[in-house]
Amino acid sequence: MGKISTRSRLKSPWLFHINSGSCNGCDIEVLATLTPRYDAERFGCSLVGSPRHADILLVTGPVTRQMISRIVRTYKQMPEPKAVVAVGTCAASGGPFKGSYSIEGPIDTILPVDAYVVGCPPRPEAIIKGIIEALTRKFG
Amino acid sequence: MEKEKKVNVPYSRCIIPIGPIYPALKEPININVTLDKEKITDVDIRLGYAHRGIEALAQKRNIIQSLYLVERVCGICSHSHGSCYIQTIEEIGGIKPPERAIYIRTIMMELERMHSHMLWLGVTAYGIGFDTFFMYAMRVREKVLDIFEEATGNRVQHSLNTIGGIRADLTPQIISKIQQLLLEVDKTVQFMLDVLNSTTVENRLKGIGILKKEDAEKFCVVGPLARASGVEYDVRTEDPYAAYGDFKDYFSRITSTKGDTYARAEVRTLEIKESGKIIRAILDKLPGGAIKVDGSALKLSRSIREGEAMTRVEAARGELFYYIKTDGKDGFKRVKIRTPTLANVICLKDLLLGLEVADIPVVVASIDPCISCADR
Ligand code: SF4
Repeated sequence: MGKISTRSRLKSPWLFHINSGSCNGCDIEVLATLTPRYDAERFGCSLVGSPRHADILLVTGPVTRQMISRIVRTYKQMPEPKAVVAVGTCAASGGPFKGSYSIEGPIDTILPVDAYVVGCPPRPEAIIKGIIEALTRKFG
Repeated sequence: MEKEKKVNVPYSRCIIPIGPIYPALKEPININVTLDKEKITDVDIRLGYAHRGIEALAQKRNIIQSLYLVERVCGICSHSHGSCYIQTIEEIGGIKPPERAIYIRTIMMELERMHSHMLWLGVTAYGIGFDTFFMYAMRVREKVLDIFEEATGNRVQHSLNTIGGIRADLTPQIISKIQQLLLEVDKTVQFMLDVLNSTTVENRLKGIGILKKEDAEKFCVVGPLARASGVEYDVRTEDPYAAYGDFKDYFSRITSTKGDTYARAEVRTLEIKESGKIIRAILDKLPGGAIKVDGSALKLSRSIREGEAMTRVEAARGELFYYIKTDGKDGFKRVKIRTPTLANVICLKDLLLGLEVADIPVVVASIDPCISCADR
């Protein structure tokens, strides 16, 4: 049973995307990752509507004060085992918004992060690589 | 058998919270809708989840640093933000960038409008469950992003502007690529209009989320949302900035009188075509010469005196406004940004009242909300 679920996770990771107050740039690139040009769906990746179905959490943005409790709640709702990918410089370090009064991030102070994808915004290829990295680390 | 007793319980207030984390909305906004059976009777909108304190941050940084900060207000219209900011700074400092720089800025603004509207069409199609069209729109949009990447080095955050000009020139190869793109875009627009004309799409969009002209004026909505309700207002023609003054006659202001979701889709689709016309006209008349004024950006930014100015640009979503007060020491006393979405999101309540639950995603999408802009 364990073997089967590990294999299916590797073959078809389900993603949940959370916007923790990003500038939209990263979200659009996450969207672009799943659309025809880059088509992450050919690797079995699929964006799902509920954290309860997801294996991987994609976090974009520097984590604003308003979003912090919501992110933790979403993370708790995900079934084990789970991985977190920080997409964008903002998620990795706070990026251009570092030092603001309403930023509580970066995300690795709140959740355990498995892969960082830096870039402002990162290219879709890089996001795919980040997903694969997190997968092999966590489930592989 | 005894007939089942009919229970007559009135549907008491049923409140559905939508967001801040919600699959159909990519951005954190919270909309609480109160329902009576399927009908929406009340709407409560809450913003502020993406507040990053950009205005306050800008006051702690210098002029050049803030340029890259304000571009990150929004990832979709980053060039509009950067251009509006730099226009204001140049007005305070009395710096006049060369004509070629201004023309190229304008080209980029129009390309940005194109990709933003394409994205919008895709998201709206997604809202009515028309995923094929969403994928199609995103595919065409990638071609515009290719141009951005080649011309500026980045797909989304271009950072093309600098004080007194632009950082990268358009080479002849890029220009011919833009011309090729425009041909393709014309075909795409025709295809999009055909799709919009199909009965299925019409049934989902026509008569939904109507915003009357009086209401549009009352709520002070801006951009394509206002134009779809018959308000003839476009900063590009009302208060020409950048190169629009020279190219007034090359494009027309698209308006519609119906004010429903369908009209908004139509206005935006036709605006893509108008953008193509502007770009063509500018490319024909693109002057040669330098792309920035002499002197390093750092020196220029230090030379800016104490003063204040405001400018407006027509971003993809509507009027974008910047008010800046400098302190004469390469810093700011105040940076005020007023984004189009903040003006537009207010009318959402009016649009949603009386509709059904299934219409929420498409009506919310139809005003083209950009929450990261609204929250800053
Ligand atoms: S990394 Fe850059 S593009 Fe991504 S959310 Fe932050 S500012 Fe925006």
